[in-house]
Amino acid sequence: MRPFSLLSRSAGAAFLTPAGLLIGAFVIAPFFWVIYVSFTNRTLLGRTALNPEFIGLANYVSLFDAASFFTRGEFGFSLILTIQFVLLSALAGQAALGMLLAWMLQTVPKTLKSLTEMVVIAAWILPEVVIAFAWFAFLDYDNGTLNMIMEGLGLPKGDWLLSFPFWVIVVFNTWRGTAFSMMLFNSAFSSIPPSYFQAADVAGATSWQKFRDIGLPLIRGHVVTDLILITMWTFNVFTPFLLTNGGPSYRTEILPIYTYRVAFRDFEFGKGAAVGVIVMLINLVFALFYLWVTRRRARGVAA
Amino acid sequence: MRIRSHAFWMGLAAATALATPAMAVDLTITCRCVDGGVNSEQAKWIKESVIPAFTEMKGGDVNVTLTEFAGSDEQLTQQLALDFSTGAGPDVAGFDGFLIPSFVEGGLLKPLDALAGEAVTGWEGWSHISEGAQALMSYQDKPYGIALGTDVRMIFVRADLLRDAGIDPESWQPASWEELLETARTLKEKNPDSFPLQLNAGVPMGEATTMQGYWMALLGTGEHVTDDQGRYIVASQDILDTLNLYKTIYIDEKLGDQRAQLLGDGRNRTFANFRDGITAMLVEGDWFYRSVTAPGSEFAVENRDEVMTWAKMPAKEPGAGIRGQDFVTISGGTGFVLNPNTDEPELAWELLAFMNSKEQLNEFQKFQPRIRIRDDVPIPDSPFLTETSQELLPLTTARPNDADYNAVSAEIQRMTEAVVSGELSPEEAMKRYGEAVVRIVGEENTVSLL
Repeated sequence: MRPFSLLSRSAGAAFLTPAGLLIGAFVIAPFFWVIYVSFTNRTLLGRTALNPEFIGLANYVSLFDAASFFTRGEFGFSLILTIQFVLLSALAGQAALGMLLAWMLQTVPKTLKSLTEMVVIAAWILPEVVIAFAWFAFLDYDNGTLNMIMEGLGLPKGDWLLSFPFWVIVVFNTWRGTAFSMMLFNSAFSSIPPSYFQAADVAGATSWQKFRDIGLPLIRGHVVTDLILITMWTFNVFTPFLLTNGGPSYRTEILPIYTYRVAFRDFEFGKGAAVGVIVMLINLVFALFYLWVTRRRARGVAA
Repeated sequence: MRIRSHAFWMGLAAATALATPAMAVDLTITCRCVDGGVNSEQAKWIKESVIPAFTEMKGGDVNVTLTEFAGSDEQLTQQLALDFSTGAGPDVAGFDGFLIPSFVEGGLLKPLDALAGEAVTGWEGWSHISEGAQALMSYQDKPYGIALGTDVRMIFVRADLLRDAGIDPESWQPASWEELLETARTLKEKNPDSFPLQLNAGVPMGEATTMQGYWMALLGTGEHVTDDQGRYIVASQDILDTLNLYKTIYIDEKLGDQRAQLLGDGRNRTFANFRDGITAMLVEGDWFYRSVTAPGSEFAVENRDEVMTWAKMPAKEPGAGIRGQDFVTISGGTGFVLNPNTDEPELAWELLAFMNSKEQLNEFQKFQPRIRIRDDVPIPDSPFLTETSQELLPLTTARPNDADYNAVSAEIQRMTEAVVSGELSPEEAMKRYGEAVVRIVGEENTVSLL
């Protein structure tokens, strides 16, 4: 069957050209440039800035050097840290908490529901810099709100940003991103016909049984979408930098911060580009997986 | 950086509307200086003295603005490196001399005479600046900027705390690391919550770690970062001794405040500790006296001239220091450079030269007394400056004038941080440092002394 078209082929191509050129210049060319730079020892300062050498895979080899892989401040440490960060803050934090909130919101009075939504969404839409400053003030050792509360309760003061930096960014990212999961699950639950639950109520089902046997199975597709999206976002999130600068001693240096540090604080463009390429590849895997799942869903396989 | 069209339209508008001189040129200065904040005196000097006088001299054809940069030294370096590489940035920029080689090799600076020609070579000021002082902002015998002065490093001491512990601050001068640690132990015993001794370490402090901490210890072992042939020393007993000194202070005996070395605003914390009497001995540059603790600043020490004194940094053992010295110090120099992409190189040079004229440096002395770079600017009547310069300048040395030093220094900061955070042992930290330095300068430019 001949596809329906509004424009002739050539007219369509002409309209696409400007966008194509822009994308070519600002997306595709830098993409290949980054790949090229990752094979050199190019830096911003020093001798290798003007005369970078082609060093083949040396940047990649050094990133995966077994001797230093697990050392703090090296690529491997950041990679593992990022995976832990995603598991804890995105999957256990945002998704699970979002699910819990969304499920509880199904039964509460409407005013309480909108109030909760408002608070959670506020955390999501405020500018990141503002949020980071607020958290910084909240956690400060000497004058922080949290420590004032701790002292008020007769508990010892905590040196949160120094003693538990990783948990700080996990809680921060959970707090920050739960809104999205909550809203997504909330609308998913709302789309389930109320009669299903009413029938279950008549049969005397508990809330947990209703969740396990009706709610969750019917929104499985949404859950998969949510998990993939928040995993990707969390994997690439840079905001914890505003709280901890990646420190102390690299203990919160997740991959985006590591990349930034190598490229724009150490000015090692070659090595930074190599990290960038690896991050791009990981994101590509997420994206392909996401596309695969949505296609399956579109064909009605998953959900 | 001046925006041509902007200046043009502004000038045109001014000329037609007010019939004032058209085509006024814009110049910008950036330095890590904030009125009422860091380097406050410098900001005030530029705003209240340099700019009005320069504008008046040029008959109002020039608009000079100061961008007060409030971030850290490292952030300013980052900003300038990226600005200079893209053709942006201020016309005149505050700059630490040790960065010049790496910027030059990266193509991010031009020699002053290449930018502004004859006017530079013919400047009257050069004859009043010694060769050593010119070298602070030079690379391969070409000046890229002009330093405001040089500095020295020492132990700043809280006399009141020493007195409380039964030590006479007037005669207190440790002759070895052990004596220094012994005093710290005495003070710690007297006040277990205090952190009597602070020797900078860690990444957040940047070059302050290398200069005020690592060098001050390493020179006391008789070693430099490089050997006589300019090769970087990647392993030696002296490096280990230095790292073990850190370990003793921060890990084993908790004589120093570890948090202050690891947190992002660490340096300010060390200043606050000193001000609040938590730290009694702080190794810092004379900037600490000139600016940080000066009356009216955030970390001003009350009754400064009574409670604050200083001592020389001892070598590990008497005579064990560099060149067989008993005491050590190191000097650097900060000043101003010209943006290689400036639209107005001649005018920018004129401004730089004007800042370093005898009159303007004399004005600066009123804001902040200091040993100036020009020999025709008298040293103000300051016992501190006279004393420290007489005692310490003969002992001093400088960092390698090398394009790779900046990157190596960052590795030194990492090495010390790994030790004071307790993450690595001195041996492991030195091993990682060695590997990193080999990566930076190449195996052939390194040497192991173990």
